[in-house]
Amino acid sequence: MTIDHGQAFVEEARELLAELENSLLELEETPGDKELIGGIFRAMHTIKGSGAMFGFDDIAAFTHEVETVYDKVREGQLPVTTELINLTLHAKDQIRLMLDGPHPGEAPNGLTPGEIAAAFHALAAGKEARESAPPKRQPGSEGASPPSLQGRDATYRIRFVPSRNIFLSGTNPLLLLDELRALGECEVVAQLDNIPSLEDMNPEECYVGWDIVLTTDRGINAIKDVFIFVEDDCRLTIETVDPEAHGEPEATRKRLGEILLERGDIQGEELSKALSEQKRLGETLVEKGVTTSEKVASALTEQEHVRRARERSQAKDDGASSIRVPADKLDVLVNLVGELVTVQARLTQTASLLRDAELASVSEEVERLTAELRDNTLNIRMLPIGTTFGRFKRLIRDLSRELGKEIEMTTEGAETELDKTVIERLNDPLVHLIRNCIDHGIETPEERKNVNKPRTGTIHLSAVHSGAHVIIEIKDDGKGLDREAILSKAIDKGLISPNAEMTNKEVSSFIFHPGFSTAKEVTNISGRGVGMDVAKRAIDALRGSIDITSEKGKGTTVTIKLPLTLAIVEGLLVALGADNFVLPLSIVEECVELTRDDAAKFHRRNIANIRGEIVPYIRLRHEFGIQGEPPPIEQIVVAGVNGSRIGLVVDKVIGEHQTVIKNLGRFYKNIEAVSGATILGDGTVALIVDAAKLATNVEAAEARF
Amino acid sequence: MNKRIMTVDDSASIRQMVSFTLRDAGYEVVEAADGRDALAKLNGTAVHMVITDLNMPNLDGIGLIRELRKSPAHRFVPIIMLTTESQDLKKQEGKAAGATGWIVKPFKPDQLLAVAKKVLG
Repeated sequence: MTIDHGQAFVEEARELLAELENSLLELEETPGDKELIGGIFRAMHTIKGSGAMFGFDDIAAFTHEVETVYDKVREGQLPVTTELINLTLHAKDQIRLMLDGPHPGEAPNGLTPGEIAAAFHALAAGKEARESAPPKRQPGSEGASPPSLQGRDATYRIRFVPSRNIFLSGTNPLLLLDELRALGECEVVAQLDNIPSLEDMNPEECYVGWDIVLTTDRGINAIKDVFIFVEDDCRLTIETVDPEAHGEPEATRKRLGEILLERGDIQGEELSKALSEQKRLGETLVEKGVTTSEKVASALTEQEHVRRARERSQAKDDGASSIRVPADKLDVLVNLVGELVTVQARLTQTASLLRDAELASVSEEVERLTAELRDNTLNIRMLPIGTTFGRFKRLIRDLSRELGKEIEMTTEGAETELDKTVIERLNDPLVHLIRNCIDHGIETPEERKNVNKPRTGTIHLSAVHSGAHVIIEIKDDGKGLDREAILSKAIDKGLISPNAEMTNKEVSSFIFHPGFSTAKEVTNISGRGVGMDVAKRAIDALRGSIDITSEKGKGTTVTIKLPLTLAIVEGLLVALGADNFVLPLSIVEECVELTRDDAAKFHRRNIANIRGEIVPYIRLRHEFGIQGEPPPIEQIVVAGVNGSRIGLVVDKVIGEHQTVIKNLGRFYKNIEAVSGATILGDGTVALIVDAAKLATNVEAAEARF
Repeated sequence: MNKRIMTVDDSASIRQMVSFTLRDAGYEVVEAADGRDALAKLNGTAVHMVITDLNMPNLDGIGLIRELRKSPAHRFVPIIMLTTESQDLKKQEGKAAGATGWIVKPFKPDQLLAVAKKVLG
């Protein structure tokens, strides 16, 4: 690109020089013409600036002398003389020569470039000594600090208080904080004490300052570079924090209380009582009005940050970073934690029934520990999905060779973590889906050429966290689904009536229909469908969902949404008569009341009007055959199922419930609409409702009428 | 949506280099030859960032910055000026007029992109 821009520079410089000659001759006639002088200065300035950028360093250096003189002329410090104009004309000729390339021979007018430059230099220096130009820091050249300062983690304490009118310089201070975060482990505490009351506040001014603790190996200059543009517009202090100065690790030094306790001079209870009465230093200081709570919070953040940084560096020194453990040991651990969660729920319930304060406090403690234990245990089983992605590379390579196609695989988010079991069970459906992409999605190189696509097709695999879910996408740039072929097949099979209006999404979802795929002709025409129902069933079993979008000629995207872990589900506990049920919280969108009047309004057609939107609902009492009268006011739990909103009517919503999933025995294997069971705090069993299956069953039943 | 950046420079080669680099990085670029041209091309519509040279005919960089800061659409827009080392005073003047930052010529494409990222996020 330098060559190409370089040519543009040469042409531009030639034009400028031609103009320059005219301007110089005119200037000789009217030596006081400010505009002409300005024009000459700018021409020199441009040649110098652009020259340096495109690699014409000799021209830049030479022109610099001329520019310096004309800057002074422009300021009125130097007069325009015939001598100056002669010299400038010489300089102009010289620049043109330099533009044409290296010319060994004679200088054009008896003066060598060095002589001309020296003459200009003398002119400029004649008036006053040239400003010495110390090397300036260049914004954007981060990491220019000497290497000796880099490579070692150091912790810095940064206080950044921008001036009130910082916004007026087009600076967004939050971006600076983001830049700091990109440098390393970083904690930011906002200082809010300067914020005026609302009526005194000018929304165009900045009242906030920030205390930042940053651990980075990039050196202090990298931090200074972040603030290079605002140095003059803010109060900025950067100090190095010495971890050692924060004192020894607490464990190595005994505290007074511990020593007294050991000597038997005091009792443990007395000690903890005394300690609980003692106020923390920060609180005391704030109460006395010596400082603000933000300042204390900031200092505490630093303390914590330094402690962790030190722990990390110690852990690094210790060397042992990981150990290998057989997977079944982990499974046992997870099961035990599951049991513990159940027991803990019982304990909580018992404690609240007995109304015993002592027991309640123990139970709270257990609850907290259990939650931590559970999270940590599940975390151990998390694996990055990248290993699975890696396996597909080979699959794609082999299959595409076999079929004479050229396919490239790209991946994204390989570091996304998922429960080990989920990853294992995800492998087969993913193989199915990728096979489909290769076999039917991506065209042969010739076909691709005919439709103006690059010969090589692309399959893009990506994984990303989204709340308690991981979203996996398989995207190809092949020919997409053939809507017409699928529609006619669906009509053939009697799945829809010939004049049904279908959205693209609905049509696409047909390929997940069991039996739809095995039909030979669909495979040939539409190019999709082998084993798609198998893939869908596998994903369903993982409590995930699968979605397909496609644009004809452009490609197909399959989106899989999976829960992070299988062992535990966050659920909504509801009551139906005397029984409890659990709905997975991930599908629950909202809860609304359903009175008898409401139900009657729609002539018992099982639809509700929720803020103007019509939502069909399913009466779980009816579906599960629960006897007795429903209460006068029931609850509709609105759930997002298969991409649409469906209401599930229950008697009562009890609340959130964390659930360890137990499989139902073999005896109940064929029961649909229930995906498992869980044990509640009081020991009773609640069934976990599979809303998607339930909705499909009800729809199918309706369709039969 | 791609971020729109306006580059203002009377040197066509610099303009070309700046816009080539920015377009390559996925930004949308509007070019203007000097301050007056820039104001005319903006005509009140917003861009996300302005990169301007300081020495230009008609309306120079400092003048352009002052004008932009007067318009509601560009009151808080990041403005980067292109300066040379000898122009320390100009730089101060530009900052006072409301420039966000500066790039010292000569610069490399990477430096330009780093600064764009710095002020645009």
